[in-house]
Amino acid sequence: MDQRLAELRDTAPAVPDRIPISLVVNGVEKRMEVAAWTTLLDLLRNTLDLPGTKKGCDHGQCGACTVLVDGRRINSCLTLAVMKDGCEVTTIEGLATGDVLHPMQQAFVDHDAYQCGYCTPGQICSAVGLISEGQARTREEIRDLMSGNICRCGAYPNIIAAIEGVLGGTAPAQAKEDPA
Amino acid sequence: MRAFSYSRAESVADALKGVVGHGETKVVAGGTNLLDLMKADVMRPTRLVDITRLPLNRIEETAEGGLRLGALVTNADTAHDERVRSRYPMLSRAILAGASAQLRNMATNGGNLLQRTRCYYFYDTGTPCNKREPGSGCGAIGGVNRIHAILGASEHCIATHPSDMCVALAALAAEIRVTGPRGERTIPFEAFHRLPGDAPQIDTNLAPDEIVTAIDLPARGFAAHSTYLKVRDRQSYAFALVSVAAALEIEDGKVTAARLALGGVAHKPWRDQAAEEALVGRPADAGSFAVAAEAVLRDARGFGHNDFKIDLARRAILRALQDAAASETP
Amino acid sequence: MIAKPAIPDVLREPGPGIGKPLSRVDGPLKVTGQARYAAEFNVPGLVHGYIVSSTITKGRITRIDTAAALRRPGVLHVFTHENRPHVAWFDRKWKDEDAPSGSPFRPLYDDRIVHAMQPVALVVAETFEAAREGARLVQVEYEAEPHETDLAARRHEAFTPGKEKGGFEPPPKPRGDPDRALAEAAVKVDVEYVQPTEHHNPMEMHGSTVVYNDDGTLTVHDKTQGAPNSHSWVCSVFGLSKSAVRVISPFVGGAFGSGLRPQHQLFMAVMAALQLKRSVRVELSRPQMFTFGHRPPTIQRVALGAAPDGTLQAMIHEAVQESSQFENYVEIVVNWSGQQYRCDNVRLDYKLARLDVFTPLDMRAPGAATGVPAIEMAMDELAHALRMDPVELRLRNYTDRDPNQDKPFSSKELRACFAQGAERFGWSRRNPQPRSMREGRQLIGWGVASGVWDAMQGQADARATLGIDGHLVVASATADIGTGTYTVMSQIAAGTLGLPIGNVTFKLGDSALPMAPIEGGSWTVSSVGSAVLAACERVRGRLYKLAAKMEGAPLGKAKPADMVLTDGHVALAADPARRVPIAEVMRSGGVLAIEEEARSVPYYVKRAQHTLATHSAVFAEVRVDEDLGTVQVSRIVSAVAAGRIINPKTAGSQVMGGVVMGIGMALEEETFMDHGLGRYMNHDLAEYHVPVNADIGSIDVIFVDEHDEVVNPLGAKGVGEIGIVGVPAAIANAVFHATGVRVRELPITLDKVLAGLSRRSAA
Repeated sequence: MDQRLAELRDTAPAVPDRIPISLVVNGVEKRMEVAAWTTLLDLLRNTLDLPGTKKGCDHGQCGACTVLVDGRRINSCLTLAVMKDGCEVTTIEGLATGDVLHPMQQAFVDHDAYQCGYCTPGQICSAVGLISEGQARTREEIRDLMSGNICRCGAYPNIIAAIEGVLGGTAPAQAKEDPA
Repeated sequence: MRAFSYSRAESVADALKGVVGHGETKVVAGGTNLLDLMKADVMRPTRLVDITRLPLNRIEETAEGGLRLGALVTNADTAHDERVRSRYPMLSRAILAGASAQLRNMATNGGNLLQRTRCYYFYDTGTPCNKREPGSGCGAIGGVNRIHAILGASEHCIATHPSDMCVALAALAAEIRVTGPRGERTIPFEAFHRLPGDAPQIDTNLAPDEIVTAIDLPARGFAAHSTYLKVRDRQSYAFALVSVAAALEIEDGKVTAARLALGGVAHKPWRDQAAEEALVGRPADAGSFAVAAEAVLRDARGFGHNDFKIDLARRAILRALQDAAASETP
Repeated sequence: MIAKPAIPDVLREPGPGIGKPLSRVDGPLKVTGQARYAAEFNVPGLVHGYIVSSTITKGRITRIDTAAALRRPGVLHVFTHENRPHVAWFDRKWKDEDAPSGSPFRPLYDDRIVHAMQPVALVVAETFEAAREGARLVQVEYEAEPHETDLAARRHEAFTPGKEKGGFEPPPKPRGDPDRALAEAAVKVDVEYVQPTEHHNPMEMHGSTVVYNDDGTLTVHDKTQGAPNSHSWVCSVFGLSKSAVRVISPFVGGAFGSGLRPQHQLFMAVMAALQLKRSVRVELSRPQMFTFGHRPPTIQRVALGAAPDGTLQAMIHEAVQESSQFENYVEIVVNWSGQQYRCDNVRLDYKLARLDVFTPLDMRAPGAATGVPAIEMAMDELAHALRMDPVELRLRNYTDRDPNQDKPFSSKELRACFAQGAERFGWSRRNPQPRSMREGRQLIGWGVASGVWDAMQGQADARATLGIDGHLVVASATADIGTGTYTVMSQIAAGTLGLPIGNVTFKLGDSALPMAPIEGGSWTVSSVGSAVLAACERVRGRLYKLAAKMEGAPLGKAKPADMVLTDGHVALAADPARRVPIAEVMRSGGVLAIEEEARSVPYYVKRAQHTLATHSAVFAEVRVDEDLGTVQVSRIVSAVAAGRIINPKTAGSQVMGGVVMGIGMALEEETFMDHGLGRYMNHDLAEYHVPVNADIGSIDVIFVDEHDEVVNPLGAKGVGEIGIVGVPAAIANAVFHATGVRVRELPITLDKVLAGLSRRSAA
């Protein structure tokens, strides 16, 4: 191990390359130089001060970092920012229109589809991506296709209700509001 | 993650130039496995060549009546492609059984072939692992090995290959198209991944200066009678304990062709051609399937926590073959 | 600090809100990404710390070489035990509100290694990436010593702990002659249950951002279940005055107990900020989330003897549980059994075994989630042996007095939980025979279990400030870890002062606010809610006095006792049409704001005369694949009696979340220890399985009416823990009903089911 480390030290660059890129983040073009080793997630959270995108594991195992890149949901923690040069990125901060919540955001509020709120931005971005993918036809399919977003608080049934509400274009079921 | 230099390849030739002569260079596309391993300090490339802009992102018909899956087509686009869905439903199902929707939107077909084991010891640099640090020992032998191999393991490594897609590709007898400084070549799927032997640090027979350009699916897709069964610890977003790609052609109740490959049981997707051949000519029933299962697992060996996988694999093979026999074109 | 959340008009409640299913008031901030968590405060000049974890489990550090790390551009400093600043020496200085007896862990204190992945260095750099790389370059050499991490190996060297920790009650003295009664019982069960190590794994990893202010004071953004707890710990450990530090924690991304004690990232960030005079953030990695506390593994023997009619004649419940070498972590595991059932011959025993692990840490329903599943699985085994319905067996041995303490319950509607839960579930259609229901290759099983948790209360303060504009600000240093604290406290305040909920702002998570205890144990509504009620009642009292003195006597000669507050007005209780706007009352009294602070203390005397507890009855349906052994929970009905429910919507979510975690406990969650290395191996979210969306079927939560005048002035018991307690056993019992296989070792993974199925078919 030591020998390998020594070799590495000889060949490894002292600092990672800094590369100019341009990203459209929530509709605003951002030009900047980023270090090659900076993930899209860390760029959003630390550099662009958009911490709505969450770091839950940093290894693609929880989905909290889900954002939409060119309209598709991805894990921003496993994406180097430099590799998304020229892309459009939509984060949770970019979904609402002014003070009007995106229907999925509103549905999460109405259905209490969260508790601590930490997985919530990823859940919402994932749900928006799910709908645009158009592959989920049944409740079981929604459940499977939302399984890349872990919610430790266990809000899953309410998350499904929120998504079904938006898919069906229905208002939240009043029965849900007043159990027993 | 260690500091590295980054370049973007604009052509295949460009990419090869980047790769040649740089021992610590890795190509990156989806990044879902490589960046994960770099963060864990398991992989420490000093150079990354970004190949995402290469024109390897199409699914095309082949002259032989099959499909050519570009190395950079995402797993999601492959699984949802109408041609793949209708002609290779087993492959589509296998892909959709893996990872999560987000990861499948990122992960590429080429990367899926090259993903590395999920062995706990491989990932934890505070423990011994011959795959990560040759000669340091295998922590999983005598350690926590619930998810480890029961077939083809060695005293140096009992890790498994984590892919679902590759299990279906093995059963379909796909071919891997690669290119390098010595030109293009085609590797039969069986010959692509390696068993650990005494060099578990080497996962595949892809040369360090070669890149994968496409996966060729043969015309025969077993669309009528095939399935992918994945058995895991939760309903979704978990690696297989055991998975089975099973495909049959059946005439008058008799098996005329069979394919059988397992995931989660070995260092590579485990296809057993002897067991396949043994099925041919026999009735497509539980009795024949049980014989095939026994044949596959004849040399299976557990390491303690994973002993259950032998029985589980037997049950899963039986179930998958029954499901395949019963299935019809989706 | 906390912006007033914008509440959409449609959700605005018209009047007093207690008992209403109000949407979370902090919801809009959460769904728009505006809610900031501890590691999300970006300040100019912020630097980043990354922790180096030990590779050995026990021994000492012989050498640390930081040169390679320090050579990397961007790396500012590497802290180790060799160069750390002076910190407190006495153990008591390191104690926090949730510390058990013993000697708390001190990061970077000396060269000793006492558990795997112990923090041994902190690399601080200008960027997160540089700090992470620097951490990989720190070379540490060790001298390892033999360790033991296997509870089974130490179970016979276990010792009986004393009262090691606040809230812990050692088991009661034995009653009758349980061994003899067991030997003589007509029907008996005598079995052992094993539960594994579990980790909290909140979605937000533990992080602290310490802002170094110009005047040298610190503003600490910490992930904690108690800002005051982190505050006093930091001041004590670093010898700082109370005014030099402020801890803020407005949002917490889940905790489930992980934030009950200040964790080492807080120490690291504060240390670095003080030394470097820079603002510092330290965030743990997901593997490092497995290094500071866990639900301890436990081995339990439960022996039950009964008469043929099901009457319990003997009960023995013995538990051996893991603790560390340096602290005596304790939780109430076995006492519940003696409290839940009437039985004359009882022995409850609880022991600890010392192992080379970090000290365990309270995790959702600590103790109850371990002990209750054991007794509730044993009761199911007994019901099967008796050929009796498991609900009927529980009702046969039902008790309205707590046999452990020989006291009445302040309220106990468990009977109603069974009745309403069974009705909703369709329990009466159950065929008692195992393996009697199937659909294709799926065996279907129905199981039941009960749950119990304490209804605790602590002392808490709250301040209420009513402005002449009709806006009320209420504050207490409590936390909202997803529990709905913002919402329910706003409801209590709005209800008390007759204000629309939109007029109320609740502030929490700030050590500068009136004192509140750590948020845990389901006691926040009880403790802080009572303080909010008291503070608002004082404001109300002052309004009434002002109204009585108003010029022109718009309310006649009404005394405060004749008044009510409704819809922003002081009104006559007897004639609500006669009313005066609050603003007018205040203007006439010459006040622009009314501010009152109140402390609520439990009803000590009344409480001491009773046992106070929440109860539940949980019904589960599972589908087991007979070929593959996989288990899916298709349905859960959880009927809960927890006194008054302030907000059925958020409380329903909390119970639902407890059910989901209970499903994880039953089927998935286990941290695997490599005993050779003494190290947890599946320390990430790919291999430590918690439930995902596809694992969860229908969950139906029922709140049973329960009236309680002892618990606190609100009559509310809290629901944070009760949701999980009955779930693992209900599922395990359903698996038995489906398959005829009893799995006594959680989680019930497919390998254990298959082994049972194979044994069955061999027999």
